[in-house]
Amino acid sequence: MKLTTEEQSILGGGRGEAAKRALEYQLEVGRFWGAKRFVPVTNVHMMGDIEVMGDGGLAWLKEEAGRGARCVVGTTTNARCMDFAHCERMGQDAGEAVKEKELIATLRRMDVVTTDTCINYQTVYQPHLGEHVAWGDTGTVIYANSVFGARSNFEAGPAALAAALTGRTPEYGFHLDEHRKGTFAVELKARLDDLADWGAVGKLVGESHQNYYAVPVFHGYRRAPGADELKHLGAALASYGSMGMFHFVGVTPEAPSTLPSERMVVSDPDLDLVYRKYNLGDGDARLVVFSGPQQSLFEMKYLASLFKDRKVKAGGTCIVTTNSAILRQSRDLGYAKTLEDAGVTILEGVCFYILQNLSPMREKNRWTNMVSNSAKIVNIIGAHRFNTILRRSADCVEIACSGVLK
Amino acid sequence: MNITVNRAFGPAVEGEAVVSEEGFSPRYDLDRWTGVITKPGHKLEGTSIVDKICFFPTAKGGIAAGWAFYDIKWKKIAPRAFIFGVTNPVMVQGAVFAGIPITEGWSPHPRDAVRTGDWVRVDPARKIIEVLKRKS
Repeated sequence: MKLTTEEQSILGGGRGEAAKRALEYQLEVGRFWGAKRFVPVTNVHMMGDIEVMGDGGLAWLKEEAGRGARCVVGTTTNARCMDFAHCERMGQDAGEAVKEKELIATLRRMDVVTTDTCINYQTVYQPHLGEHVAWGDTGTVIYANSVFGARSNFEAGPAALAAALTGRTPEYGFHLDEHRKGTFAVELKARLDDLADWGAVGKLVGESHQNYYAVPVFHGYRRAPGADELKHLGAALASYGSMGMFHFVGVTPEAPSTLPSERMVVSDPDLDLVYRKYNLGDGDARLVVFSGPQQSLFEMKYLASLFKDRKVKAGGTCIVTTNSAILRQSRDLGYAKTLEDAGVTILEGVCFYILQNLSPMREKNRWTNMVSNSAKIVNIIGAHRFNTILRRSADCVEIACSGVLK
Repeated sequence: MNITVNRAFGPAVEGEAVVSEEGFSPRYDLDRWTGVITKPGHKLEGTSIVDKICFFPTAKGGIAAGWAFYDIKWKKIAPRAFIFGVTNPVMVQGAVFAGIPITEGWSPHPRDAVRTGDWVRVDPARKIIEVLKRKS
């Protein structure tokens, strides 16, 4: 890779040992992908919590902090694995909570802004067209590339942190024009009235085109989609298809004026089939989750309207996750009270999928099924041995309150 | 028969092959305390990847995978190498971070060259995978 004078200086230790090690690591990743140079980044979003990092990751992080690791660009954190106010009741380990607090303190020492959100693009930072960033999780990356026209690859925790320390990332993948072109067209004939429907589209399109560099071009939809709809679409495309970008004609800034030759169509019967295909297992309807991604303010408002004057069925658990800013606003606006009066548990700063101790939690509660309106979370939670079922938002609420799975 | 790969990282390693027809994510599919693939319905459900040379056609999802490789290496349940048909940046960032050899792209397809249980050698510098001994 061709290095600037500044990069050569970093490699020579001019910015300290931690930045040097970070750039050496980035060079290896860049070489693998055939990057010719680095590009400066203006913002970093990183995943780092004790559930994903483990003891090894925490030990490494503390070493780097000790070596003087400091962020040189604005750096935020993704959703984490514990809401300390709820961890005892959720059956999470006290010992891991101590480590998680230590981890957060270490990140702050490195100048990381611990926002604990996977919807940074809705609540914290909105990059502009052409802006290079280094983001993860995948849902944030596909939103940045597609909706904002910013440029990011999927940056795993260590890779994002390296970018934060050096202020740059190897130029490959979605930083380059050649990978940002649509590769196949998807005509949206379906009505898509619920957020779960948008996730189901992501499932159908992602599963059939599993490739980081597959870029679908959506067209033909009857109206302009909203931010939460694009969020569920993108999160599902990234999850099922490992995709990092999509276009939406008339909506996203880099959508092409000519459609690629490969075509597919998504219509209402296709979506009906998605919902019908879920195996209902033993019919267990005691766990309903609204998470992955965290809920926006408008999702909180909508859920509050659905749960108003209703109660989660005795013995059941309904979990909603969001970030601290949205939760504060939801409290001010009364949405949180409505949800909590209905027996819903609101967790702050976490995602259900990465909750520490999730498998033992499942066993202790004898949960077999997990019902959600998020196509992403029903896909990614398999290793914890949940049987997962995607349902529309209002159906999820009905299932939570009636205890009947349909 | 040797397999050539397009991109590669890491030192040369030898080990027993596990050849999957289905893609992989260490978060979606793997029990990160035992190294066994536990996702219900995965084509390798019940298979351990500890100390194996793993052949996967695709990579699935997830940023969290980036820490997972270091985590399983730390727990001494990591595979010796990941051989992907098509991979994504997270798998590469995670493998490089953990120091686990990783490759992308293959010719011929492993289904025509290697079977689960064969002893293979991965040489990232030469971008080649050799079958040293067939499973008896």
